[in-house]
Amino acid sequence: MPSVLILGAGSDMAVAIARAYASRKYDLQLAARSGQALIPLQQDLQIRHSVNVTVHDFDATAFNSHAAFYEQLPVIPDISICVFGYLGDQEKAETNWLEAERIINSNYTGAVSILNIIAERYITKGSGTIIGISSVAGERGRMSNYIYGSAKAGFSAYLSGLRNRLFHKGIHVMSVQPGFVNTQMTQHLALPPLLTAQPEAVAAAVLKAADKKKNTLFVKWHWKYIMLIIRNIPEGMFKKLKL
Amino acid sequence: MQKRLANWGNYPAIASEESSFTQEEQLRNFVSTNHELIARGNGRCYGDASLGKHSISMLKYDKILSFDTEKGIMECQAGVTLDQLLDILVPKGWFLPITPGTKFITIGGAVASDVHGKNHHVDGAFSNHIIDMDVITGTGETITCSPNQHTDLFWATCGGMGLTGVITRVKFDLKKIETAYIRQTQIKAKNLEDVIRLFEEYKHYTYSMAWIDCLKQGDSFGRSILIVGEHATPEELNAKQAKAPLTLPVKRKLTVPFNLPSFILNTLTVKIFNWLYYNKNLKREINNVVPYEPFFYPLDAILHWNRGYGKAGFVQYQFVLPLEHKDGLVAILKRISDKGWGSFLAVLKVFGNQESLISFPMEGYTLALDFPVRKGLFEFLDELDEIVLQYGGRLYLSKDARMKQEVFWKSYPNAEKFAAIVKQYNNDKRFTSLQSERLQLTR
Repeated sequence: MPSVLILGAGSDMAVAIARAYASRKYDLQLAARSGQALIPLQQDLQIRHSVNVTVHDFDATAFNSHAAFYEQLPVIPDISICVFGYLGDQEKAETNWLEAERIINSNYTGAVSILNIIAERYITKGSGTIIGISSVAGERGRMSNYIYGSAKAGFSAYLSGLRNRLFHKGIHVMSVQPGFVNTQMTQHLALPPLLTAQPEAVAAAVLKAADKKKNTLFVKWHWKYIMLIIRNIPEGMFKKLKL
Repeated sequence: MQKRLANWGNYPAIASEESSFTQEEQLRNFVSTNHELIARGNGRCYGDASLGKHSISMLKYDKILSFDTEKGIMECQAGVTLDQLLDILVPKGWFLPITPGTKFITIGGAVASDVHGKNHHVDGAFSNHIIDMDVITGTGETITCSPNQHTDLFWATCGGMGLTGVITRVKFDLKKIETAYIRQTQIKAKNLEDVIRLFEEYKHYTYSMAWIDCLKQGDSFGRSILIVGEHATPEELNAKQAKAPLTLPVKRKLTVPFNLPSFILNTLTVKIFNWLYYNKNLKREINNVVPYEPFFYPLDAILHWNRGYGKAGFVQYQFVLPLEHKDGLVAILKRISDKGWGSFLAVLKVFGNQESLISFPMEGYTLALDFPVRKGLFEFLDELDEIVLQYGGRLYLSKDARMKQEVFWKSYPNAEKFAAIVKQYNNDKRFTSLQSERLQLTR
């Protein structure tokens, strides 16, 4: 049975991805800060799809634990997906370092730490797929969320470099920019309905793109063009906007 | 973020702050630190029972926790829909013990409404099949209740419209089936008297209901089609069905893409529809074997059929009258046909005996009618309420959007007892809905 590792398996997007892979009969390794909290999802996937599912404790910001975490996984997964992230509170993070640090570590440092380990194992094995869920927020820093955005920008650049390196070893790396997604993370934000994807749609798009070995994926096609415009606004004009 | 919410009848609508959770811990904290909350499933109750200032969306509590395929026991989180459950149960030879006319409701909603099905006279309501369940009450603690454990909470939660707390987990028994098909019989009844006689004659069938043409006058007053059914055995299937007896053929769904203008529904169109429906069966009696879906969920095949009633929405009027008062049924149907406000959907069913604290069913006749919202409708329904009261009947809270509070307090004999239990678990009126305010259920 092929298997998938999902890092940050408690989020809505992760649940949808887990269900999509389970319906294709992949075994699953689910990891989150509290593995215990994933037990209902584990039972659900096993009953609905008759696949094997294991749950694991994984803290993205406890970097020192990452090597041991990866070693104890029952099998080396065919696909590793990095879904975890933390939006945080921009205003708070401007003056409170702990918040800023949490945002950076959850979205960037933690991801680099675990994916470095996974990449080495995949190189030894000679195969594997790595999928990183980044964000359109990383395309250009905006006043409303630049701490989160800069961490995601770092993550996107990391994935791009990793893709470049691992391509030569036969390992595929895909970055996903979901845009707005209707999840618990965003439930208190007023999101434009046309630009907002459902977690199930994100999951379906991720699986399809991974099958086709795409390098980058914008879940809603509009985003590609919106970000093209946003990236190309001259800085002199951009800084005057309140975005 | 404020969102516009309305349930299936599209009436009323409210601006509501919606929150959703996947972890019980988060939900417990939320409940103990907030007020004016109401849990909401898939929004398929018709009126205002799950509309409130802060709604707790239960749709992410959709995990199956255990499924005993030997004994037929299902345990799941409250936000799982019947639709999802059927996909898991039927291929393994099990069926829901009770199902209402749509499969797009959640299990939590099924409990909070204590739903009934076409088999009420045989199998009772959903509450008869619950082994135990968890409810987060107003103090933010999770209490496990069942017919033998915290029984007051259990009975006030079954049919209690979410006012005792948030149902998070339900364990219930299932019904064994051999095939995914129903052996059905449809019999034409000339009038109301005829259909009531037929209900009596066919009461040994597990499933029964009748569709009534409520616009006909004179000798054909109350003409109907009685539909009864049983789960089919493998021997009753045709060769094609028997190849995979527990799997249904895949069918495409139709949808009503937008609200239709409300003038489309008038006495004439309802008359035409009813004529077509009644006369589609040329023979008096038809016997056939059909997939379970069209038998139990005929309207689910048309997604968003509620849009057929236009932007103003509609209300469903469902009442029950005690068995000895079938004259009340005549009185109400007469009022409707005199007024000429027929309903596309008029469904008649006989309930069996049921002890009830706050659940809707009681032994007797229940009739469900749809009426598009328009000028004068509520006054007219108030008149019907008077007849229901006069004959000792009551209205279904899951479908109610407009009854006056006196009607509720007069018609539910255990209302005071229910309110006292709610008070005990729903500290400082933490759980309130538009309906509970309107009916003063947490006074």
